[in-house]
Amino acid sequence: MNPDWINAIIGGLMIGTATGILMLGNGRIAGISGILGGWIGSSKPSDWAERALFLIGLLAAPLVYYASNSVPQITVTNSFPLLVIGGLAVGIGTIMGSGCTSGHGICGNSRLSKRSIVATLTFMATGGITVAALNYFA
Amino acid sequence: MRKIIALASGLLFSFGLIISDMVNPARVIAFLDVTGDWDPTLGFVMGGAITTASIAWIIARPRKSAYFGGTIPPMPTQPVDRNLVTGSAIFGIGWGLVGICPGPAIVAMSFGKWEVAVFIVAMMAGMALYNFGWFKLPKLGLGPA
Repeated sequence: MNPDWINAIIGGLMIGTATGILMLGNGRIAGISGILGGWIGSSKPSDWAERALFLIGLLAAPLVYYASNSVPQITVTNSFPLLVIGGLAVGIGTIMGSGCTSGHGICGNSRLSKRSIVATLTFMATGGITVAALNYFA
Repeated sequence: MRKIIALASGLLFSFGLIISDMVNPARVIAFLDVTGDWDPTLGFVMGGAITTASIAWIIARPRKSAYFGGTIPPMPTQPVDRNLVTGSAIFGIGWGLVGICPGPAIVAMSFGKWEVAVFIVAMMAGMALYNFGWFKLPKLGLGPA
């Protein structure tokens, strides 16, 4: 098994390539919150199908991967209120802020969009403060 | 062809998240935990992703349209506004609370954990709440929304 940081770079290169394929091929920004949010909201049928196929790709890859690899252990909080509040905040925040870690963090930052740089610095900062606060109070 | 591109991009994106272990919320929280036992892994993932994504933008620069229809997305013309900053701040809080953002949330559904399912339902409810205009920023006199 590679050291973590090598896997991180390889995984990152793949993610960046995936966003590049979607942008160069279809003229779409691979922002997951945007794709999901647009899919929930109304959009044209052809557009809806493309969004759905991207999401199916996201869902299908782990099933393919874990058919031949061991399923890793993931650790996530089991606090119901935390999951609900966190989910609502991520849902509302990414639509209000027009993007998340993929749309702003990868696509926008890689073209030096000022909006994306501000968004990324903001969610990194509040994310860091939230984790520090949770550690302090919990 | 556009549909194949969409599916291939989703698959590759997801494999990237799996290989880099970004589907693991504990890993994401460890990156945000700058005052504690900091884990820089997410930074390497972002660095790798931004590298290939910027190459794609350089390839796109002389083009007006995408290879299989549609236009190359133009630079956003809106200024940095209140919605961008407030929304990103709210997203960051949720991200820090649980360690899941939208991409890994969908990929992690395959683990069959109830925690991820609860998070996704809440996240989609949040998106719908905002999309349908049921959640609005109060007017605080902080400039144009």
